[in-house]
Amino acid sequence: MSSKIIVTVLGKDQSGIVAKVSGALANNSCNIEDISQTLMDDIFSMIMLVAIDEAKIKIDELKNLLLKLGEKLNLKITVQHEDVFRFMHRV
Amino acid sequence: MLINHNEILETVNMLRQEKLDIRTVTLSLNLRDCQDSRPAKLQRNIYSKITNTAKNLIAVVDELESKYGVPIINKRIAVSPISAIAEGCKGKDLRSIAITLDEAADKVGVDFLGGYSALVQKGFTSGDVSLIDSIPDALSVTERVCSSVNVASTKAGINMDAVKKMGGVIKETAEMTRDQDGVGCAKLVVFCNAPEDNPFMAGAYHGIGEAEAAVNIGISGPGVIRSAIENSPGLDFTSLSEIIKKTSFKITRVGELIGREAAKRLGVTMGIIDLSLAPTPTAGDSVALILEKMGLEYCGCHGTTAALALLNEAVKKGGLFATSSTGGLSGSFIPVSEDLGMVKAIKAGALSIDKLEAMTSVCSVGLDMIAVPGDTTAETISAIIADEMSIGMINDKTTATRLIPVPGKKVGEVANFGGLLGGAPIIKLSDHSSKDFIDRGGRIPAPIRSLTN
Repeated sequence: MSSKIIVTVLGKDQSGIVAKVSGALANNSCNIEDISQTLMDDIFSMIMLVAIDEAKIKIDELKNLLLKLGEKLNLKITVQHEDVFRFMHRV
Repeated sequence: MLINHNEILETVNMLRQEKLDIRTVTLSLNLRDCQDSRPAKLQRNIYSKITNTAKNLIAVVDELESKYGVPIINKRIAVSPISAIAEGCKGKDLRSIAITLDEAADKVGVDFLGGYSALVQKGFTSGDVSLIDSIPDALSVTERVCSSVNVASTKAGINMDAVKKMGGVIKETAEMTRDQDGVGCAKLVVFCNAPEDNPFMAGAYHGIGEAEAAVNIGISGPGVIRSAIENSPGLDFTSLSEIIKKTSFKITRVGELIGREAAKRLGVTMGIIDLSLAPTPTAGDSVALILEKMGLEYCGCHGTTAALALLNEAVKKGGLFATSSTGGLSGSFIPVSEDLGMVKAIKAGALSIDKLEAMTSVCSVGLDMIAVPGDTTAETISAIIADEMSIGMINDKTTATRLIPVPGKKVGEVANFGGLLGGAPIIKLSDHSSKDFIDRGGRIPAPIRSLTN
């Protein structure tokens, strides 16, 4: 099974969201393989596909780190293994 | 990206806003190799088998919850029917065996353990009689142990002696747990056609035809189905059914993923996915609300049985394609005390015991978590059971009752069972007697399977 996670970021748009989230991932050797973002009205949503095979920390620790970052920036950040999306949306 | 932006947001929304979760990961476990005629030895064997096999259950489930970001609400254990496992002890020390099961459940960290059970659809063995007689005591001295008795099947008919006996057992269980509104009865199910691979409590047990150990998954997600209906206003029933099927497919896939991974990590067989919509007392997590969203003023008004039939079928059809193995109870649950919409409908006078009975003919399980007046006689409870068993027997489906005669409470008062079990207003029953009917005893013969009109 691959070690890829999906990071979703939702919340009020502000400057520096992409930089801060991708910075946190880069600091822990997580490689962003794909990224998509949209802005609807004032709500920012970003989705990242992230490879964590070479990550310096475990998925749990990464999750906690990003959740804390989310709280600080007043954004809702989720971290989930990609298989949950693959299972739900592809046969 | 393989999965597109909107699909990912849909999943995240299901989990965050619509309370999608896995309701239970249940480890189903054979205890036949624990049998011994010495009660103390039997207890040691049972304790050791459960605590060894399930020692990693909680850790594994917690890891999966974190990895996939899917809440997994309950972790549970189902064991072989204790009436058979303890039969060699000749009825001695059943209370201690129940306590052993409770201690083993506590040790591994599960909130409920099912299987304090007997299968008596055709008749009783001496072990069955001992176990059934011990149920009130066992449920009052334990916290986690759940009990079930299968009193009927389509193949065997209805054991009316057992039905009569269970009326008394339920009354006694309520009395022995009267300080908690008779909560012992919330852990006691009377079945027709009980499934051997059911992951849901209180009726889970490890069937005789099952493998050594298996992981069975109970999915959930009434909130997700409700939102799907809400977001598609004005559809006719054909299109509505399609929407429910698609949503059920997605919910079930999450269960399949968790089940496969849990089985692999625990080193046991992947059992079944139970395609059930299980409500909780949390606002919005309600099957009644789904029915109301279809256009009914209240759950219980005319049209409710048809709405439930559509929902139940669509959930199963969508779910079947999403999993390699379906089983258990698979359908919509209507446990009154655990569903705020049902509670509201009873309070409004819109939902009666008679309508609930009709609803059970088209959905999963039966008269579930229904609080009845404390002065209801044992014979009336038996008669309600007999009616419910008849629906299961004739329609070749599982039906069950989980009735709570709440000591000291009358119609209109409210019983509180706490936590996931919720609370419910006491429902009105018929004032007329069924005593002479129940006193007959014997067996209602099995139905023919042709000329089915």
